[in-house]
Amino acid sequence: MTNLVQVGSETASGMQRTTENKLVSLALHAVGGQGGGVLTNWIVAVAEANGYVAQSTSVAGVAQRTGATIYYVEMCPRAEQLPVFSLAPAEGDIDILMAAELAEAGRAVQRGFVSPNRTTVIASTHRVASVFEKIVPGDGRTDSEKIVEAIGGAAEKLIAYDMERIAKEAGSFISASMLGALAGSGALPFSRDSFEAVIRESGRGVDASLRAFGAAFAKATAGDPVELEAAASPQTRQLSVSKRDQKVWSTLTERVSQLPAEVGHIAAEGLAKVVDYQDMTYGDEYLAHLGTMLDQDEAPYELSAAAAKYIANAMCYDDIIRVADLKTRAARFERIHVDMGTGADQLLLVTEYFHPRLEEFLSTLPEGLAAWLERRKTILGWLDRKLSKGRRVRTDSIGGFTMLWIVSLLRRWRRRLRRHDVEMAHLAKLMELTKSVSGQDRRLAAEVLSTQRLIKGYSDTHARGHSKFDKVTAMVPHLVGRDDAADWMRRMRTAALKDEKGMSLDGVIQTIHSFAEAPKITS
Amino acid sequence: MAERSFVKEVQMLRMGAGETFTGEGILAITKALLENGVGYVGGYQGAPISHLMDVLADAQEILGELGVHFEASASEATATAMLAASANYPIRGAVTYKSTVGTNVASDALSNLSSGGVMGGALIIVGEDFGEGSSIMQERSHAFAMKSQVWLLDPRPDVPSIVKAVKDGFELSEASNTPVMLLVRIRCCHVHGSFVASDNVAPQMTVSDALENPSRDLSRVVLPPASFMQEKEKLEKRWPAAEKFILDKQINEFFGNEKSKVGIITQGGMYNGVQRALHRLGLSDIYGTSDAHILCLNAVYPLATSQILEFCEGKDAVLVVEEGHPDYIEQAIGHMLYKAGKRTVLAGKDFLPKSGEYTGQIMLDSIDRFFREHAPNALPPAVRSPNEPEKQKHADLADLVPLRPPGFCVGCPERPIFAGTKLVEQELGEHHIACDIGCHLFSVLPPFDLGSGTMGYGLGPASASAFRNENPDGKRSISFIGDGGFWHNGLTSSIGNAVFNKNDNVIVIVDNYYSSATGGQDILSSRAVNKTKNTQNSIVDAVRGMGVKWVRQIDRTYDVSKVRETMKEALTTKVPGPKVIVASSECMLNRQRREKPLLAKLAADGGRTEKPRFGVDEDVCTGDHACMRLSGCPSLGVKDTGDILRDDPVASIDQNCVGCGNCGEVADAAILCPSFYETRLVSNPGRFERTRNRMAGWFIARLQSWRDGNRSFLEGGAK
Repeated sequence: MTNLVQVGSETASGMQRTTENKLVSLALHAVGGQGGGVLTNWIVAVAEANGYVAQSTSVAGVAQRTGATIYYVEMCPRAEQLPVFSLAPAEGDIDILMAAELAEAGRAVQRGFVSPNRTTVIASTHRVASVFEKIVPGDGRTDSEKIVEAIGGAAEKLIAYDMERIAKEAGSFISASMLGALAGSGALPFSRDSFEAVIRESGRGVDASLRAFGAAFAKATAGDPVELEAAASPQTRQLSVSKRDQKVWSTLTERVSQLPAEVGHIAAEGLAKVVDYQDMTYGDEYLAHLGTMLDQDEAPYELSAAAAKYIANAMCYDDIIRVADLKTRAARFERIHVDMGTGADQLLLVTEYFHPRLEEFLSTLPEGLAAWLERRKTILGWLDRKLSKGRRVRTDSIGGFTMLWIVSLLRRWRRRLRRHDVEMAHLAKLMELTKSVSGQDRRLAAEVLSTQRLIKGYSDTHARGHSKFDKVTAMVPHLVGRDDAADWMRRMRTAALKDEKGMSLDGVIQTIHSFAEAPKITS
Repeated sequence: MAERSFVKEVQMLRMGAGETFTGEGILAITKALLENGVGYVGGYQGAPISHLMDVLADAQEILGELGVHFEASASEATATAMLAASANYPIRGAVTYKSTVGTNVASDALSNLSSGGVMGGALIIVGEDFGEGSSIMQERSHAFAMKSQVWLLDPRPDVPSIVKAVKDGFELSEASNTPVMLLVRIRCCHVHGSFVASDNVAPQMTVSDALENPSRDLSRVVLPPASFMQEKEKLEKRWPAAEKFILDKQINEFFGNEKSKVGIITQGGMYNGVQRALHRLGLSDIYGTSDAHILCLNAVYPLATSQILEFCEGKDAVLVVEEGHPDYIEQAIGHMLYKAGKRTVLAGKDFLPKSGEYTGQIMLDSIDRFFREHAPNALPPAVRSPNEPEKQKHADLADLVPLRPPGFCVGCPERPIFAGTKLVEQELGEHHIACDIGCHLFSVLPPFDLGSGTMGYGLGPASASAFRNENPDGKRSISFIGDGGFWHNGLTSSIGNAVFNKNDNVIVIVDNYYSSATGGQDILSSRAVNKTKNTQNSIVDAVRGMGVKWVRQIDRTYDVSKVRETMKEALTTKVPGPKVIVASSECMLNRQRREKPLLAKLAADGGRTEKPRFGVDEDVCTGDHACMRLSGCPSLGVKDTGDILRDDPVASIDQNCVGCGNCGEVADAAILCPSFYETRLVSNPGRFERTRNRMAGWFIARLQSWRDGNRSFLEGGAK
């Protein structure tokens, strides 16, 4: 709105206003702890070095502890008089909006700090999930793409890419890459050199900061400076096949290659997963299960695709043996060393946090023995006292590692253990329920099978997952025959993943009860 | 102090005449105190004035050279009472606190101080914490100034103006024998600006001089009949003296076109916002050359009737810009106009909102409306009838942008206390939980969602004192209080009260070695050795001394199981009287600040160091996020696996992890999952340790390759 005032205008009262210098307003939205203060100071220093007067303010307060926080800078060319700077950003009055996190950029738009025909938005597209996104049992994260779209629609110019990654790759902090993006955006009439000079003067980690600055500058000046945070690239499993298994493996992969394309790529992953989990025979069983689903399916094979995924997951249940196996693999230790950045002359001590319960112990016994023990209350009580407690196991030591390694070898006998019986019964029931509806409604069948997604976690969490699973599958008879049966099935699953206690799920179930009649079939 | 250095800032306090001081507003005020011959400074820390206290605490050398006494007061009441030194002696004194919470605590001393009046200049620097980012109830300091008759300065929010206000404040206080409050808003405290420094001035009388030459004056003691005389004196002598000073020294400023038919009377602190709105309306340039006539009240109390009437003379309408509720200034001006029989239209909270912060948009809309109604011809044509739609429509992002409430820092030792509490509630059911002021109040937010409210600093347990269960085996209340609140007044208000009234409830004292929420200042129970303060006083001893019989000390709050067991015992024990748990672990923010340089130096010198950090096995994690519902740690987040067989993101710990252990302890105590592991990166290990590690590595590799030789497995590990 600054352009409303004419340069050197004669006012109604006849007072002579000074030749108008353009004020530049810049707001910086950050998450507490991102170093917004450093960046703000840099921006002020750049402005001053270029003959501007600048003022910065912030509201630190409690927001600095991981909440959202805003820094605000105003500047204009130095003149005889000092301008009257404002202390807070105002809606519709921001020239440059910087955001050190994507959702904060979205919040700036929401608050009206981004105006078309005026505001240049410089935003890092990486996400720092808020606590509300993290506590959801499913995937509570917001849709980054939609936020970027909304910002793009609201701004005069948008420069958005993952500035956090650029900074990290350069061994620096996001303040440096954001300064580079600001310099590259051309939103301020200052030379690149003058920006870099400020980093040099700061004296700490200068080289790394300049690298981050340079990389971000280049990206900001490139053709289309809008790029979402890189998603984890889909990984394909590589199975290292033992000599003994070679022959069987080639027949198994041959069977997978004959599957429809929509199913094949998932089945290949599923097959590798179950073989790794158990053995080749298990892989054969997996493909057999999948085959029974495929028999009832046709293009576009949604049911079989769901089956390829969820049958594999159901077969690879999380028991003690699997945990011990995963925790003692060579690749795991390599990964940890990389993550923790172990140097050549450093050692890494690794401690596992376990809290096994009697239930886990019993489920790792053959059913007969487990049942026998359960009848011996004295022994059971003694075992409970001995077993159920928190354990810290050092897997970098011979003793701790060997203990877990021995547990991992129980894999051989897994099929004879109680847990296996329970899990296979669960899978059989799920597949049976799926088949019972697949003839009538294949989409519903795919959704029924997908309910397996609710089973996760260990101990209480696992039990809660099962109770949600039971609630959802119990509704199948109410839905069969409806056109929207699959949709309601999906809605129940989504709701079940929204909160821990299943309140959203109960809401959806009530809704279904309100319109669905008594069960049409009994399962 | 928590080993945080303010060396740079302290050096700035040494600047002499003619040098340009550039820095934060609150630091400029600190320097101005020394330039104005202050004799003693005290106060209680809290945003936005903590910085003043922190810098002075580190500036003992300069203060010593000048003969200035500095102390960190036990509370705002203590700080205000300390200004009694200016009642009997010509010594300038200054104290700080955060309003409104500070003025509330101070009010007893404030009333006494202002009744008797002062001889030396007494300045109270009040950080007004109102509007965005505020952590307290929204009230105004203005009421306190009026009820106790303390003058209130509210200068324009730029560094030279607030520096000048310090000088004006001392002089006004001395000219009128009245304490003066200098109000600075939060953004003004944090504003970066410059002013031309003067030399520091030693106090004309030091507190030591006063002790050596005691003096008393019965007429200054608040006791009848002197107190009746004091009331009279306040109104008949001190008030007129203040008005005279304000007018003579031109404390309030006039801007813009005095011939204008409309005027704006604004609080000094709102001036820049008013100017920006005028500028956006085309009524002013960026330097404040305005078509409107503005009276900028750098002194908002008292108001000089003559000045107000003079300003309103010949004006059709006047807009009062006064942030917050009630509208004391508008009421006062209305009263003046009515009494004088003026016809000027008084506008104020009929154009501006009654409550809340006066943001840029609100100022713009309100002042626009005021001009449209009272001086439409003053507005440029493009503003009067704009071509473009006035309001821009922004995309609806409400569903896309998640709220981001503040929470505990990475590694915070208070997190496991509330994780433990949540687990106790899972076992024993929900309880009434009373909270206090401090970082621990974040317990009321997700993911913990614990606590029903807070009634003030040190008053957490007091706020639960009504709850006496008739059923001796029934539920008890749980109340939290921090170590800061405990020493501020909780020892008496909360603990003593509970003992005396045979209260049966549970009190948890969150002891993190500092007054953390205000910036990590030392307090009585801090473990650090502090040259100028007496620290290392035991909270447990103090509680026992108060008469509590059931006291439990938890030395490591990260032991979630112990927290849970101790709290369970407290909630179920048959022992009568209050049950006090002192949960102690050092504030992680301060601990990192303290230990990082020490560890870096040790490692550089070749000493053995361990750097702990946690990790999550993403193939063991099933993506249920139960751990996050008991943590909320910023470094514990979610990430994609890139595995097409998995739907939900898994837990992941980033590089900011400090290895506090909460994740692992919670996974253990709540029996969540075996995904968490702790690593300790050892630098400069000894020869024996190195050899043992190498042997273990060799042995482990043998076992791994034997197993891998006998099966088919996924390269790179299962996902």
